[in-house]
Amino acid sequence: MTAFARFLKSLFLLELFKGLSVTGRYFFARKFTLQYPEEKTPLSPRFRGLHALRRYPNGEERCIACKLCEAICPALAITIEAEERADGTRRTTRYDIDLTKCIFCGFCEESCPVDSIVETHIFEYHGEERGDLYMTKDRLLAVGDKYEAQIAAARKQDAPYR
Amino acid sequence: MGTEKILFYLFAALTVYGALMVITVRNPVKAALFLVFTFFTSAAIWLLMEAEFLAIVLVLVYVGAVMVLFLFVVMMLDINLAQLREGFVRYLPVGVAVAVAFAVMLIMLVGSDWFASVPVPPPAPAEANNTRDLGRLLYTVYVYPFEIAAVILLVAIVAAIALTLRRRTGVKYQTPGEQIAVRRRDRIRMIDMPPEEPK
Amino acid sequence: MIEWLVELWNAVPLGVQTVIVILLQIIAIVLPLMLCVAYLTYAERKVIGAMQIRMGPNRVGFFGHRLWGLGQPIADAVKLMFKEIVIPSGANKGLFLLAPVLSIGPALAAWAVIPFDAHLVLADINAGLLYVLAVTSIGVYGVIIAGWASNSKYALLGAMRSGAQIVSYEIAMGFALVGVLMAGGSLNLGEIVRAQEGSILHWFWLPLLPLFVIYFVSAVAETNRAPFDVAEGESEIVAGFHVEYSGMAFAVFFLAEYANMILVSALTALMFLGGWLSPLQGVLPQSAFDVPVLGALLDGGIHWLIIKTAFFLYLFLWFRATFPRYRYDQIMRLGWKIFIPITIVWLLVVGVMILAGLPPWFDGA
Repeated sequence: MTAFARFLKSLFLLELFKGLSVTGRYFFARKFTLQYPEEKTPLSPRFRGLHALRRYPNGEERCIACKLCEAICPALAITIEAEERADGTRRTTRYDIDLTKCIFCGFCEESCPVDSIVETHIFEYHGEERGDLYMTKDRLLAVGDKYEAQIAAARKQDAPYR
Repeated sequence: MGTEKILFYLFAALTVYGALMVITVRNPVKAALFLVFTFFTSAAIWLLMEAEFLAIVLVLVYVGAVMVLFLFVVMMLDINLAQLREGFVRYLPVGVAVAVAFAVMLIMLVGSDWFASVPVPPPAPAEANNTRDLGRLLYTVYVYPFEIAAVILLVAIVAAIALTLRRRTGVKYQTPGEQIAVRRRDRIRMIDMPPEEPK
Repeated sequence: MIEWLVELWNAVPLGVQTVIVILLQIIAIVLPLMLCVAYLTYAERKVIGAMQIRMGPNRVGFFGHRLWGLGQPIADAVKLMFKEIVIPSGANKGLFLLAPVLSIGPALAAWAVIPFDAHLVLADINAGLLYVLAVTSIGVYGVIIAGWASNSKYALLGAMRSGAQIVSYEIAMGFALVGVLMAGGSLNLGEIVRAQEGSILHWFWLPLLPLFVIYFVSAVAETNRAPFDVAEGESEIVAGFHVEYSGMAFAVFFLAEYANMILVSALTALMFLGGWLSPLQGVLPQSAFDVPVLGALLDGGIHWLIIKTAFFLYLFLWFRATFPRYRYDQIMRLGWKIFIPITIVWLLVVGVMILAGLPPWFDGA
């Protein structure tokens, strides 16, 4: 391209009109915006949301207090204390997750040998007072009890790829 | 006629106030702003005299351009007020002498019979266009002074540019136009060469 | 009731009557203008959203209906009104509060000479074009004083940039206006529009095409809009001259910026696109304009001015959604080394065209 052609090109602002035509076209394009509370994106079965502690179908809690999750947690959000229960099994007396520390990496779930600690699909939770985001064992178990069907379905769907 | 006189005295008083503040206020930025204010009130007085072209041009040129640049420079300065005041007493006699000479000249001019002999022009009709009249005068009767003034201004512009025009070496200045215009062949050269056997 | 009002009106002295009438006229211009500004911010967010394949504001409506987010500007205004105006401790308080006023004053005052219709103008003065140029050039004081009075380095830098930029582009803008007044043969905006009467080809955009483009680009620079918004330059100097402003003081700057945008768009429409003149003039036979309602719509009037102004406002938003910000030295180069020479050359061309009486624009006089 000669210098003169370049000069004409810049004088008549050709490149600028090209840019304008791109944005002008997108002005009429279909919008991708999702109207959040009414519409939601589909969640992957591997989605990592609020934590839960699961039980076996007979009602026995899965957690055996191996503390692998506590060890691997990069944010040090998990605190576990364990004792021997009356029937001689090793169980947790305390299992706390501080959600304000948690980074939702999912390592706890992956490290768990008995699929006890899991992350659910719940992502719209909130705390109204100090301590509301500090999940104790009771609350984690309650979440697990409430959403067991959903949690089990997600695990089953993802099982072939693990 | 009453309101016009009241307005004149109002604007005249404001002009004098503004002008006084320009030389008395301590902060140089505020002084510049008071000068702007003075220009405005002077323009208002000209408007009262039906010289709307001059009034608007005063605002356009002095307020809109000259004072902006002035303010620009003043804002960048870090003026030491104490140092400025030191010279006050030393230069006072000269200042007073200039002021007195100026005042005498003004009084001689305004108080002269010449001023009284000029009749007050009748108010111009509403459709009078003083932009057109001014243009006609400038390009016929006063064409030489006008053109000479224009040439002098041109010389001033050329001189100002010549003062700042200097080649600086070693500046890392990018010209986007040239950057865009670069083609592959300007930067790389494809060479054909036979493969060489290691000896 | 009406008779009583008429009597009351007649009892008012004549001078006061004039003042009241003028005040009412000013309100009649400023109120719709403020509404336009509010909804221009809404339009800006919607248009730029659409160009970025988003939806823009669509939640805040009225009375429980969403109405595509039409309540958003009102909500924004109310929010800004109730926010605190924080005055920095090192600021020059008087000037700090004066700056927003100085910036909105000229933006509104210039509307006095804008003819909305053949007869609809607040002050039909002879030097209208000069008045507009003078008044808009004052707007820069608001920016400069705001930057200096805030006592903040970012604000000062923004004010410096803006001041230099506005002064530079004013020259190119002034030259473009000289071309318009040569072509129109008058400084009165109404006369300039009347000189373009005829058809869409009689408008000045064609003979003054370079001036038209330069005027509009300079107007974008003059209003500190993207891609010339280095005065705000949020990536380098936070928000430029209005970093330290909050609440209503900030809102006034915002109003001034948008009022200025509307002003320059209206001016461009008046000077280059025939203002209130209808583009159908000269296309349709004269009898078409005599049809009762349709004729009034097709014929020239304030609605055409509004449509043309809206077109230029859309261009403002389009530019903002498209172009990246200029570097500062490039802005200066564009203004001084490109725009000013082109305008001066085209002034000569316009002069030749007028002398030659080139139809259809210059054969009348």
